[in-house]
Amino acid sequence: MTLFETKQLTAFYGDFQALYGIDVHLSEGEALAIIGANGAGKTTFLKTLCGMIAGRRRDQVYFKGSAISHQPAHAITALGIAMIPEGRKLFPSLNVEENLLMGAYVRRPGPWNLEQVYKLFPILKTFRSRPSTLLSGGQQQMVAIGRALMSNPSVLLCDEISLGLAPVVVRDVYEAIPRIRAQGVSLILVEQDIHQALAVSDRMVCLCEGRVVLQGAANAYSADQIANAYFGVKT
Amino acid sequence: MQWINIMIQGGLTGGLYALMAVGLSLAFGIMRLVNIAHGDLTVLAAFMALTLAVWLSPGSFFILPLTVVLMAVLGYGLQRLLFNRVLGNDLLPPLLVTFGLSIIIQNGLLEIFSADTRILPSGTLVTDSLSLGANVQVGLLPLLTFAVALGVFALLQALFSWTRLGRTFRAAADDPDTVKLMGVDNRHVYALAMGLAMAVTAIGGYFFVLSTTAPSVTIDVRSVDLEI
Repeated sequence: MTLFETKQLTAFYGDFQALYGIDVHLSEGEALAIIGANGAGKTTFLKTLCGMIAGRRRDQVYFKGSAISHQPAHAITALGIAMIPEGRKLFPSLNVEENLLMGAYVRRPGPWNLEQVYKLFPILKTFRSRPSTLLSGGQQQMVAIGRALMSNPSVLLCDEISLGLAPVVVRDVYEAIPRIRAQGVSLILVEQDIHQALAVSDRMVCLCEGRVVLQGAANAYSADQIANAYFGVKT
Repeated sequence: MQWINIMIQGGLTGGLYALMAVGLSLAFGIMRLVNIAHGDLTVLAAFMALTLAVWLSPGSFFILPLTVVLMAVLGYGLQRLLFNRVLGNDLLPPLLVTFGLSIIIQNGLLEIFSADTRILPSGTLVTDSLSLGANVQVGLLPLLTFAVALGVFALLQALFSWTRLGRTFRAAADDPDTVKLMGVDNRHVYALAMGLAMAVTAIGGYFFVLSTTAPSVTIDVRSVDLEI
């Protein structure tokens, strides 16, 4: 069953057009990787889905069959769409546990609570009363993921969760993905680290300059084919 | 011994100013709103208390709670209908709007209540004092005001540290965009913050009008602005 769907999605920053008619769909329980170079429109795509960039038309993003692109970000979150923003964006004056509790603001029922998040990332329990600014980058990313899970989303939008982390830490963070999926959460992963993203995803979409240039199963294409699409090489 | 008296009086008066100013600080801290009209809103609360005193009775217990509730509702409405529309990256539009509001409130009060100095009668509370021996006298009203200020600050601290609403206020102050991703409707949370700010301001305005330096609208409104 299709959970999420975009139809000819466009996005603008003032007069600058960032997305040119993107058609993407996400089935229930599926993990979709969105890959592409800098400036391909990956983050813009996610921001449009979660309402951080207002849609110009109401009929471009559908969630469970109803149009949501005209709704404000807080209403979209309440529907069960959680975003892990690029750069983590934790609240600096809140400690770890308070950051996690902010995620539970919408009070959606579901499997995720403080206890489950601490089970997923035991290190956070140790640091629960520390200011979030005193954690390492990887731990901060764990807080950001936990915070998003606290809203018990049906869809989790992950914007570059490997950004700025050491490779060994990226592996730690990515280890959590299959365990999150096991709870029935669907994922859209935006990544520059193609290898990591494809390893945990079912399907992939490659964006280049605001358009879909390649899509299919995560293992359907060779590294060369992906690289060509990634850099916009015509074959 | 004169200087001890002065020190004590000064410190206790600080309690009154703190009550009047904390709302300004809340609005600036949470939504980066510089509320030029804050002093006028304080005086408005004082006149609200005076009007209620005429309707009820000057000694009525309900004057303060009613003023607090009315000001809180006014604060919520002002934020929701007016201030939210001008908040953004630019600090100037809220300055202009609150400056205009300041002029409207000031002249509105002047028109309705005239420029006469007023005081809310509170029996002997104004003149009663405690003697601490050796010519040191502490006025009962300043002492009460100071105690109320301490209580209000303790409650605010508890609200911000331990409640869901306080946490949301802090998060919204940190990052107004990311907080939307948590499902928080900024417009509502900002309005609640302004409602809280105005509720505390109402307490300040009430104690302001109880004391002997009652607000004559024309002069004191400006001086309140300067002082806080």
